[in-house]
Amino acid sequence: MSNLPLPVEQPGHRELGVTDAENSIANIEVAGLSQGQIVRKRFFRHKGALFAMIALTFIVVLAFSSVGFQFGSWKTGGWWQYTWNVAVDIENGGRPTLSLFPFAVGNHPFGQDEVGRDIFAVVMRGTQQSLMIMVIVGAIATMIGTVVGAISGYYRGWTDSVLMRFTDIIITIPVIVIGAVLGRRFGIAGAPVLAVILGLVLWTGMARLVRGEFLSLREREFVDAARVAGARDRRIIFRHILPNAIGVIIVNATLLMAAAILIETGLSFLGYGVKAPDTSLGKIISENQVAFATRPWLFWWPGVFIISIALCINFIGDGLRDAFDPRQRRMPTDRNLAKARRANAGGKPPTVPADGGDLDRASVEVSARGAGFQGGGTGARGFYSDKPRDEDRPAPKRDS
Amino acid sequence: MATFVVRRLIASIFILLAATYLMYILTALSGDPLEDLRTSTAPNKQQLIEARTQLLHLDVPPYLRYFIWLGDLVGITGKGFWLGVTVQNQPVTVLLSQAAGSTLQLVVVANLTAIVLGLVIGITTALRQYSGYDYGVTFLSFLFFSLPIFWVAVLLKQYIAIGFNDFLDSPQIPIWIIPILAVISGLIWMSIIPRKGIQRVITFAVAAVATAGILFYMDASDWFSTPHIGIVGIVVTTLGIAFGVTAISTGLKKRRALYASLAVAALGIGLYYPFMYGLSYMLDLWTWIGLGVVTVGVSFAIGWFMGGNDRKPVARTAAITGFLVGAIISVDRFMLVWSQYANSGRIKGRPIATIGSATPGLEGSLWVHGVDFFTHLLLPTIALILISFATYTRYSRASLLEVMNQDYIRTARAKGLTERTVVVRHAFRNALIPIATIVAFDIGGIIGGAVITERVFGWTGMGQLFQNGLDHVDPNPVMAFFLVTGGLAIFFNLIADLVYAGLDPRIRVS
Repeated sequence: MSNLPLPVEQPGHRELGVTDAENSIANIEVAGLSQGQIVRKRFFRHKGALFAMIALTFIVVLAFSSVGFQFGSWKTGGWWQYTWNVAVDIENGGRPTLSLFPFAVGNHPFGQDEVGRDIFAVVMRGTQQSLMIMVIVGAIATMIGTVVGAISGYYRGWTDSVLMRFTDIIITIPVIVIGAVLGRRFGIAGAPVLAVILGLVLWTGMARLVRGEFLSLREREFVDAARVAGARDRRIIFRHILPNAIGVIIVNATLLMAAAILIETGLSFLGYGVKAPDTSLGKIISENQVAFATRPWLFWWPGVFIISIALCINFIGDGLRDAFDPRQRRMPTDRNLAKARRANAGGKPPTVPADGGDLDRASVEVSARGAGFQGGGTGARGFYSDKPRDEDRPAPKRDS
Repeated sequence: MATFVVRRLIASIFILLAATYLMYILTALSGDPLEDLRTSTAPNKQQLIEARTQLLHLDVPPYLRYFIWLGDLVGITGKGFWLGVTVQNQPVTVLLSQAAGSTLQLVVVANLTAIVLGLVIGITTALRQYSGYDYGVTFLSFLFFSLPIFWVAVLLKQYIAIGFNDFLDSPQIPIWIIPILAVISGLIWMSIIPRKGIQRVITFAVAAVATAGILFYMDASDWFSTPHIGIVGIVVTTLGIAFGVTAISTGLKKRRALYASLAVAALGIGLYYPFMYGLSYMLDLWTWIGLGVVTVGVSFAIGWFMGGNDRKPVARTAAITGFLVGAIISVDRFMLVWSQYANSGRIKGRPIATIGSATPGLEGSLWVHGVDFFTHLLLPTIALILISFATYTRYSRASLLEVMNQDYIRTARAKGLTERTVVVRHAFRNALIPIATIVAFDIGGIIGGAVITERVFGWTGMGQLFQNGLDHVDPNPVMAFFLVTGGLAIFFNLIADLVYAGLDPRIRVS
């Protein structure tokens, strides 16, 4: 996972062969809309992201409604007949009862393990844990990273040096290593504690990105204007600079969450993550990998859920990146161009290209889209400093 | 430049010191190192506890014990470079040197393959932007990026290793699968090669027919039991290599380069039989590598003498051709021992290994050990490639796309340069600048990242050293592991900065 910002077109850059007609079609889409509206519009246009959003919502609802939620002694029931920690009689040799033709769910759609626990309930509980860890890690790491990055980018000088050297120290230790060491000590305390710990070590990439963003934004005219108008540092940071850096932050928060899922499952697989009697997706796989030849369903279903969650988050992150990229523009199809030209000749304003046509040029964004969606990369910066910058340095590779 | 390096080095040493301190404390506090003894029922329990306390200085609190470890490390205590002992009283220095070899093999091979493959695929997708191929690779890289490696590893073990080994019992591709594979191959080639209309159909047909032909030949000649390239295959591939390398490196218009490459290819074909059935039996690892160097040198010389006025590019082309021709002939030589390897007593007809880094007690020549090495590396390498595939393809794609949109590329096109010159000489070189830095960073992080991979594939490497140490709450092996990974990360960070400055004249380090 590399954190190096990806090269994208510089502002003012024009795509080769983009004519004025194409520009006018592209610009008319954003005329008279607020920033939020533009972002929302662009996000919903990204079919993959939209689909991922729906799929993720479905997974969340399914996981939390089916077996209920347990936090300490507080517990809610779900609509599913079994729970993850109670073994029942083995039916059908433990094989999954889910079938598509004819469609039937049966008593144990994902099968049972050797002691008779219902794998659907176990997987749902694991999904809950993974989702919860993902959200907590995302929130904590984003918060710390943003604060550290903002302070060090805004104040520069020795504050910056101290904070960035501290970041360097943390970044030198591979995430999986420090996660394992801390997880061994605190993993027994349960998934939320593990999540907090992961959040405490995963913020470094975010801090560097935010710092870079602040370093460039603080030199802009609107910051000078705010300062001249008498705004204090706090106000400048929170009201003037932060909203301009929010795109980078949100996009990287999603990528961080996707990385968090994989790291948590990896740690649980190694035995340093979520501990018994509770369960997590990585732990289910770890426990059952030797049984793959005899009971493959113990192995397939948790894997499918890990991949679905990570894939959804990655797609949403990609959609957000596109949505927040102000330079990004849609390439009209040849047909729409011709239509616009005809309309112009007739004295009418150019029409907005119709949505649709998934793989033709109409739905293709002109930007380094999707590039660097991996863990914390951002498409927001080029390589035009006069020396290598700290924020150009990527985080250590993902656990692999 | 020198001051920059020195300053960075000094800063790096302090960062490493702080990171090791943090790591030591965290590891030491991660549990109770005497736990197994406390719960044991041995009669001399008290003695054992005291012995271990003595051995590992457990009577000193961790924040001071670190300095004992550090003193041993830098040699103040007179033991030289000493990393302490483990709970079982084994010297960590010895363990580390054993573990590092196996891990380095894994990560170097896997990551080199991943980098080359990722770069090639990323660059081709950038050149074919918005094609079906591009979309396919984009989707796949999203998917691979979301895969947990331990999950992939189990699937690979089941379907690649066990499946392929089962397949080898009766190595025949069923007839009905061949047309399906042929159509798939045709579709892939059609989406990669940019043609329109009837030419696309021709591309598809040629690719599909060629695939089907090769598969039929494999079935007919029992290829999977006795794999080979053979003299015909060698002639075809070496000529293909000669033309291909020339086309990319200098362009086919440059006749001298083409003739030099063809001469190298002809030399390779001429030496094929003497090498396969004579010389190769006398080689060991180092003479084989030396022979490779000689091959490249001779090829370079051929290019140099045939180069005329423009020696350098011709010699370069000939040298690359020579390297590839030598490689393909070596591959054929490895294939020659395949059946011997697969049917040997240690392997028993199940060649693809799922665990470990080498077959214990295997005897044989360089070539047999080479095949053994490949079969053990195959699965972890595939797994690591799948995981890093996304990073490298997306990054090289974005980097090349960015460069291709620059004004100087338009200028190059405008002055009438061929597309090859524009892409290879003007675009590719500049796109390599950011890629080189990311590769340097990644190399720094790979050993630390391979813990899970090693665990699933049962390699006794650095990951195991780390895990064993952590399980016994024993900081010494953990710190040895961390010294290597952290040191490498910091060292390659520095290298990345220097590479960056060296490649891009706009950057000044100061």
